[in-house]
Amino acid sequence: MPRRVAIAGVGLTRCSSWRKDVAYPELVYEATSAALQDANVTPDDVNAVVYGSMDPFDGLNAPEKWNVDACAAAGMLGKPYLKISTGGTTGGSTALAAYYHVASGLYDVVLAVASQRVGETLEAQLVLNTAVDPVYERGFGMGAITVAAIQACSHMHYYGTTEEDLALISVRNHENAMNNPYAHLRVKFSVQDALSSPMLSWPLRLSDCCPSSDGACAIVFASEEKARRLAPQPAWITGAGQITDNYFAGDRPWYEDWDSLAMLARRVYRMAKVDDPLREFDVAELYNAFTIQEILEYEALGFCEPGKGAEMVRKGVTAMDGQLPVCPSGGVLSTNAIGASGLVRVAEAALQVMGKADKRQVPNVKKALAHAWGATIGFHTLMILDREAP
Amino acid sequence: MTSQQEEPLTIDGRWDIPYRHTAGQAASRFFRELKENKRIVGGRCPSCRRVLVPPRSFCERCFVPVEEWVEVGDKGTLETFTIVYAQFTSLPPPPYCVGVIKLDGADTGLIHYVGGVDLQDLEAAKKALSVGMRLQAVWRDQREGKITDIEYFTPA
Repeated sequence: MPRRVAIAGVGLTRCSSWRKDVAYPELVYEATSAALQDANVTPDDVNAVVYGSMDPFDGLNAPEKWNVDACAAAGMLGKPYLKISTGGTTGGSTALAAYYHVASGLYDVVLAVASQRVGETLEAQLVLNTAVDPVYERGFGMGAITVAAIQACSHMHYYGTTEEDLALISVRNHENAMNNPYAHLRVKFSVQDALSSPMLSWPLRLSDCCPSSDGACAIVFASEEKARRLAPQPAWITGAGQITDNYFAGDRPWYEDWDSLAMLARRVYRMAKVDDPLREFDVAELYNAFTIQEILEYEALGFCEPGKGAEMVRKGVTAMDGQLPVCPSGGVLSTNAIGASGLVRVAEAALQVMGKADKRQVPNVKKALAHAWGATIGFHTLMILDREAP
Repeated sequence: MTSQQEEPLTIDGRWDIPYRHTAGQAASRFFRELKENKRIVGGRCPSCRRVLVPPRSFCERCFVPVEEWVEVGDKGTLETFTIVYAQFTSLPPPPYCVGVIKLDGADTGLIHYVGGVDLQDLEAAKKALSVGMRLQAVWRDQREGKITDIEYFTPA
């Protein structure tokens, strides 16, 4: 039987297109020292570290080596140290690995760290280009945006979602980001402004796409006994998991629904005993690198029926004052330090449950959901956080 | 510690690493068929009977070897697509259209260019292209045994 695990503390960094004020370990230290302080632990209390990033964005082989000392003095203290890299889900997988470390009973306090300096990649697109299958599928001008764009094309065709719906998602997320001091893009604009931004990959415009950010995040995962002692209100993990989808993009039979995420949601909801996600979750932090994906995610996560995602947006169900606020942080649409983004979703969800989300706090959060996708829409991670222990 | 005003120093870095990817048995045969016989071939799984295009050496669903080769059509149906209007680094000059095309007789989709349509004007392109439309391969005269031996798919 897995042990009960909770999040005892969280550390985030300010994000921007290039954090040129700090070297990489200085950036990571900002997150890790904040997390240790938030959880009221010292580096000595940390039993193991899990670290996530994607090497080519950082431009060096094994960035975990560069950052080992910034991860709770791991090098100096001789800590066990595990590196995780699973595309956009890197941060989500890092959270899962830290959770598994503690749930297994092998470690009591584990620090999850994820970081990415997309701003130091002068040509991040060159990295994204190498994510496409080199034998059959590369060479057709596919990058990250094009994959999201073919999802949007299908959703519009089968369900009638419009460019206005996508624009509204962008406007909402950027409005939310205004309340988040750690967000990268903090700009206010209208649906009309969004619709006049340049078309990049029809039907996606510039306003439908995330920025490239520098940033880091750290989370202290603790066993039940430690968590109760460390945090006045821990964020308990009641459900967590990961799922994979086919390798070839053409093998996915349809793009208007996100079946792999729907399957994962069923698994994780069963684990957390969630029957009615729209009613039971008080907040959700979704990996919305592209506007259309937020809609696909509502549907796959069972917030609404397939095809009804745009209606949720129009009715404001997922706005800050709606029934289920989505991405009070501004989401990935406002900040994307790619390898860190999945862990930031978990951190934001934990802050909501702990009641420490400041200006972006949703009142009275009991249950929160954190999601990430990655690997050219091939992987997903989910984690459910709760005010009550499972 | 430097003050906030002082411009921090930067160090230039670069990754410039060539690779050579092995196409493997299934893809090598697929590419040879394109070049020598102007045929598109897939592999039929002995268990689920799906015809996999592009072919691979094992069915990931049934986890058994795929050894039967079948020819599929060079016509197919457009499942979904995007029209790219931005210049992304090291990707082709815009505009271009990429689609997922299910060839006649195949059970999976192929990623390829959709051409033969004026893409400069988005409104006109949106009228000319649609999910479910029929497409036909346009072959190159000089074929090299690459997926691009088919130049693009055009409205049939």
